[in-house]
Formats: sequence, C-alpha cells, structure tokens
Amino acid sequence: MHAAVREIEKAQLKPKKDVPDFRAGDTVRVSLRIVEGKTERVQDFVGVVIARRGGGVCETFTVRRISFGIGIERTFPLHSPRIEGIKVIRHGRVRRAKLYYLRNLRGKKARISERRGAGRKKAMEANAEESNAAPENASAE
Amino acid sequence: MTIALLGRKLGMTRVFIEDGTLVPVTVLEVGPCPIVQIKSPESDRYTAIQIGYGARRETALRRAEQAREERARAREEGRRPRIRAPKQVLVTQAALGHAKRAGLMPPRVLREVRVDDASGYEVGQELRVDLFEVGERVHVTGTSKGRGFAGTIKRHHTSRGPETHGSRYHRRPGSMGASADPSRVRKGKPGAGRMGTARTTVKNLQVVQCDPENNLLVLRGAVPGHNGSLVMVSKAPNGKSRKA
Repeated sequence: MHAAVREIEKAQLKPKKDVPDFRAGDTVRVSLRIVEGKTERVQDFVGVVIARRGGGVCETFTVRRISFGIGIERTFPLHSPRIEGIKVIRHGRVRRAKLYYLRNLRGKKARISERRGAGRKKAMEANAEESNAAPENASAE
Repeated sequence: MTIALLGRKLGMTRVFIEDGTLVPVTVLEVGPCPIVQIKSPESDRYTAIQIGYGARRETALRRAEQAREERARAREEGRRPRIRAPKQVLVTQAALGHAKRAGLMPPRVLREVRVDDASGYEVGQELRVDLFEVGERVHVTGTSKGRGFAGTIKRHHTSRGPETHGSRYHRRPGSMGASADPSRVRKGKPGAGRMGTARTTVKNLQVVQCDPENNLLVLRGAVPGHNGSLVMVSKAPNGKSRKA
C-alpha cells in the first residue's frame, strides 16, 4: 500500500482506547448512534461476536443475537463513527475464529463457555459495574 | 474539453463520510503540472495548453547534458561527436529545448488539453490539485488493466449457455450469422480477442477529499489502470452537481 493511502486510512481509525480487545465468542454491547429525522439517540445491540474480518478501515465484526426467537446478525465496520462504543460483557471460550456454526444451533447447544484468562477479571468488573448501574437494560428491537 | 491535470493512481481504500457511511475511494496523486506550451489558433490552428507531469531522473538529465557538451566540443574540434546510443541518452535535445522555452526541466510526460480559451493561462504557470473542490464531479482517463485474450462473455458481456443438461454450449460466442445471405460474418460481431490496456474514461466521479499540500485527490469509486499508472483528471462539464 502506498504511504499516502495508509495515511488517509490512518486518519479514519478510532484511537486504540476506543476499541476494546474482543474476539469471536465474546458477548458485546454495541452502542449505535441512530438518527431519526433531527433527533439522535443511542440504541444498544447485544449479542455474540461470531466473526471479525478485514484490516484497517475495512475491519468489520458480526454480532449475532436471538431476538424473539429469531436470529439477528448485524455486521458493523469497527471504526464507524456511528458506533458510540463497544463494551465486552463476557469473554467466551471458542476454538475457531468464525462461529458460523452457531446459526444451526439453538438453545443450550448454542451456549459458549466463559473464557478463563487475562480478560476475565476485567470483564467481571465491567459486568458488575454494568449491572449496578442499569439492571436489566436489554434493548428491544 | 475542460481543464485537466495529470497524475498517478496510488491505490484504493475506504473512507467514512460525514453521515458515517463507508464509501470506497481511489487515492490519486495529481500534479503539480507546469504549463509547457500554449497552442493558439495563430500558431497551431487550435487552442490548447500543454501540461507536464513528473520529473525526469537525475541520470537522464545528466546524460543529456553530457551529450550536449560533447556535441559542442566535437563541433569545435571538427570531428564526429562520441555520444551514447539514443536509447541511453533518454532525454533528447529536442525535449530539453522544448522545456527550456518554458523555463523548466523536461517533465516525464507531456499531454495536451484542448480548451476553448487559453487566455487565463500562461507558460510556466503551475496547475495544482486545488483546482478541484470537494463535492465536485470529475472525469478520469487512464489505461485499463490488461485482461489478455478474453472470450466474448468477459469482453462483450454476451450471455452464456446453460451449464448442464448436456448443453455442451457453455461460453461460446453464438451464431456467426446466416448462411447463403450474407455469406460472411457481419462487422461488429462480438468475438474473442485481446482485452484491456485501452484508453478508458470513467465519468462523474465525486471528489471526496482534496489535499493540496500533498497533491492528493480522493475520489469516490474506481479508476482505470494499475496502481502507479498515469491518469488524467478533468473537470466534468456541469460538474457541480449532487452531493452524496
């Protein structure tokens, strides 16, 4: 890639502190800025990250959640200014990078066990803080 | 034709625009382009400006200089000049002289841009990317990527035959025409052949970013040619339209 192209790309990226460390299997809360006419509000989308792909500005991640019994998947550009924030709720232990197999599973089989490791403590803290501040704030589609 | 500048395709990436939409863009290095010559109806029977782009290598210029000195020396001594083969000289005396009239070093490429009125321009003036503004539409002319010997489906967008059911007619060019009349293949019948490496213009690309400091122009969409290839960016007639 030409240096000038890289510079343009770099200007688009979010600062590292705004992008938490997360991977496939993790449960995240994505806060989206939604513009309705003139008003702007923030909507959350909570679900399991089933894929992360691409690099630089092109990097995207896919979040899957079950809403009223129907699987919903949304793919977001990681560095999109429409994303207010990403919060990791839980680190999951999975053995592949793309969890497309979850599409064929439901209920108990679609569970992902918690990952034990570096991120766990941090996630627990975040979790505790979250539940204290806003108990049961699951967003409805 | 409207005013145009020469440049180089650097590559593609994506950019978020104000409302957060991710758009594909091509980054070009455009200009600076010095005006080398102005053609007028009096001298050339048409109006155009000749612009240059890019610098010749030091070596090329040095060899040209050496050749010039050797010629002068040989003339004095009344002998044949010993100079390198034309291929090795790289910059001819003609090119050197032509640029000198504009007070410049010979640029790597020279192109002519037809204009209706050249009165606003003068020789030696440098045209830069700031000619273009964000939101404006431009045309980009370049040489498309070579596709080699391509069949009719890729080359002329003809439709393909069935894949199965024993069709045995998969990617073929179709009927060549009737038999006794006309007894020949009509002109313009789509056939296989060399594709690409042709002059191609993509019209009405929107300027997303313009960086006069680094001579960069960022356009929405794709531009013909490989990265690093020469392109000509011209203002679209009535270019100030729609904002995306």
